[in-house]
Amino acid sequence: MNKLDDKTPAARQPESLWKDEFSVFNDRERFVNRRQLVKFLTLTSLGMFAGNVWILIRSWFRRGETYPREAIARLGEIPVGSVKLFSYPNPKEQCILVRTSGDNYVAYSQKCTHLSCAVYYSREDNQLICPCHNGRFSIRDGAVIQGPPTRALPHVILQRDGQELVAIGMSGKLES
Amino acid sequence: MRRRITAIDGTIALIVLLLMVQVWLLSATLDVYLAGHSDAALPGALCSGIIFAATAGLYWFVHRIDRSDRRQR
Repeated sequence: MNKLDDKTPAARQPESLWKDEFSVFNDRERFVNRRQLVKFLTLTSLGMFAGNVWILIRSWFRRGETYPREAIARLGEIPVGSVKLFSYPNPKEQCILVRTSGDNYVAYSQKCTHLSCAVYYSREDNQLICPCHNGRFSIRDGAVIQGPPTRALPHVILQRDGQELVAIGMSGKLES
Repeated sequence: MRRRITAIDGTIALIVLLLMVQVWLLSATLDVYLAGHSDAALPGALCSGIIFAATAGLYWFVHRIDRSDRRQR
């Protein structure tokens, strides 16, 4: 006979009383925990859906965004291989204009797409370089060549208007 | 009771799989948005909504099992 069978009803009574006073049932507790976990996971899913809706709303508003038309430099103002810094499309956004050859100019946002450090132009490498983590961008299209950034630099669209270079818009998103 | 717990465990596993897909979807949509494109925003939101509806349906399934179990007790 095992020990449980040895117990008389009187001997079992305190245990039963204890169970009545602290009625915690393991099976039920596990069951409730599972239910709570499912509820938590469902709320997490709702949060991620809200995130996707937020992106949708933001991109909806961005479609209607217009850029100002601003003269940023005069032709021949900067020598070949040199740069000029300017603000576009608002005073907070620094951009960099590079004269790559005689009549070729390119302009990009100066904020690195990794952690927003200011990029500079390296004439030796003919690349835009971020000094913080050595991210490098192509001067041709702003694409990432090496380093931690995963996205290209936003490109400032330029237009020649007489003897002036005019910024008319941007492609790519500015880091905020 | 054991069969119900097994059903709930299976449901949780399915929800976790759906959440993994949803996490990937959110990060991919955010990456495309930050790269300056907005084409992926609508399909991303729609797919995420469908996944959320499926997760909510599974939650309702677990809730129903739990309720019937309580009634039986």
